[in-house]
Amino acid sequence: MKKLVISIVLVNLLAACASQKPHETAVAPAAPAASAAATAPATASAVAAKTAVDPLNDPTGILAGRSVYYPFDVAAVQDADKPLVQAHAEYLGKNAARNVRLEGNCDERGSNEYNLALGQRRADGVMKMLELGGAKAGQLDSVSYGEEKPKAIGHEESSWSQNRRTDLNYAK
Amino acid sequence: MQKILLAVLGVLMLVHTSMARAALSIEIIGAGEHQIPVSIVPFGGDEKLGLAINEVVTGDLLRSGLFRLVDPAGKSPHEAAEVHYPDWQVRGTEALAIGTVSAQADGRIVARFRLLDVVKQAELIGQAVSAGDGQIRAVGHRIADLIYEKLTGNQGVFSTRIAYVNRQGKMFSLIVADSDGYNEQIVLKQNEPIMSPSWSPDGSHLAYVSFETGHAAVFVQSLYTHQRKVVANFRGSNSAPAWSPDGKQLAVVLTRDGSSQIYLMRPDGSDIRRITFSGAIDTEPNFSPDGQYFLFTSDRGGSAQVYRMPVAGGAAQRLTFAAGSSYSPRHSPDGKSFVFTHLSGGRFYISMQDFQTGQMEALTEGGWEKKPSFAPNGRLILFASEARGRGILATVSSDGRVKQHMFTQSGDAREPVWGPHL
Repeated sequence: MKKLVISIVLVNLLAACASQKPHETAVAPAAPAASAAATAPATASAVAAKTAVDPLNDPTGILAGRSVYYPFDVAAVQDADKPLVQAHAEYLGKNAARNVRLEGNCDERGSNEYNLALGQRRADGVMKMLELGGAKAGQLDSVSYGEEKPKAIGHEESSWSQNRRTDLNYAK
Repeated sequence: MQKILLAVLGVLMLVHTSMARAALSIEIIGAGEHQIPVSIVPFGGDEKLGLAINEVVTGDLLRSGLFRLVDPAGKSPHEAAEVHYPDWQVRGTEALAIGTVSAQADGRIVARFRLLDVVKQAELIGQAVSAGDGQIRAVGHRIADLIYEKLTGNQGVFSTRIAYVNRQGKMFSLIVADSDGYNEQIVLKQNEPIMSPSWSPDGSHLAYVSFETGHAAVFVQSLYTHQRKVVANFRGSNSAPAWSPDGKQLAVVLTRDGSSQIYLMRPDGSDIRRITFSGAIDTEPNFSPDGQYFLFTSDRGGSAQVYRMPVAGGAAQRLTFAAGSSYSPRHSPDGKSFVFTHLSGGRFYISMQDFQTGQMEALTEGGWEKKPSFAPNGRLILFASEARGRGILATVSSDGRVKQHMFTQSGDAREPVWGPHL
């Protein structure tokens, strides 16, 4: 618990610095700040009250989005998802201690091996965009699960569209 | 005989992992153009062993699509002297298999069998086949191979093995089984994905992809000692292992330098060198039987298609041009054609293409059909299919006439590959 509290304080401080900058869009809403304060001891809540929570933990902020979706056999990040990737890039740029693993996935069409390669290309594409946006290479790792770990298992587009995805998986 | 004993010994050594005798069911669809009528009389001696062998032999011959079984109708000769040929000639059978089987004191099974030409009233084969305790199916497969070879002139593949991955929820098992799907042995079981098993040319090792380290890495495992070694574990994905015909090289696909590209290495992971330089996805390498070329899947032209390139380097040539995408190419054993998965109009087909004419032919009606591989005699193609909502193993004869579905006990069968002659 001790370790957790310290890290919350640290992240909050970093987030506070970040929020000084004009282009930082994430603003701490009241509810998560209160709940963070409620679970943290007095010293931590004192800091939390004065500053924003880690925007990464804000369920209503853009950083709450952790997945990027694709059309069939496409690996480029789509325009609709670019702001999300950009926001994560900026967050990582300002939070050098945070590491994220990009996990590429595919629908089941194509061969298993082709999909493994496609998923890797998807994950690497997001990784490159994060790096260009301010994240450091050392914060990033990419893997592909191809079609081996489907989120939805149906043989139709409603399942496939959920499986064509790169997840941004932050290290705890 | 020496060779048979050695092969049987190999099978024996493999058995020490958990052996699940699956309740397998097999459906056969279609029939060969010319079917040879044969009668197989259950062997005498140990009646129980005789019936067990009979089940394996008749099953093998039926599945090949090349034989029609003529019922012995109560006649049960076990020695050549007991055969009254006119009894069999009137039934229209052309060949008759008879014999005896017994278990030795040490458990060893010895079957003595004869194949008789009913028309010419002559013995075609007289041979003893033996195997260790519990290897009754191996005896049956060997006898079926001998019958098949004598009557068709082609090498039998019933004694060969297949490998595939079984997925059940989040559990993945790498399985080696007899060519008919029975006698399953679990080589590896874990709750991370396993992909792309690949047989070494001598059948002693499997290379495969495992995600146990958190990402796709290539392993090589001995089927005899079960010792395993990670041979490619670079950043990103390490996958699609393929053995050269001499067993001295392994082609793998790595993303360590960027996109998925093909590399060669020794099977122990040493001496890595890159052989494709496309910047596109290049994957699923497969060596030609002479070791000079490899086929692979690439999207360098915009969609996934099959290409061919000399192993020594040089220009890649695109081979597939049909609408849709093509994946997973594999050479036929004679090197004259290749099979692949063709995705068109939302359906997967197992297709075959001749190198010389460039003519492509769909062997299946289409559906959820992936990852074809030839039997070592080139007469059958094993692939992953789906029926009743489950991933299953299926075969089709290389002329497309006979298909069979093999339902394993549970879970989804994926990524099958036919092993070599032992």
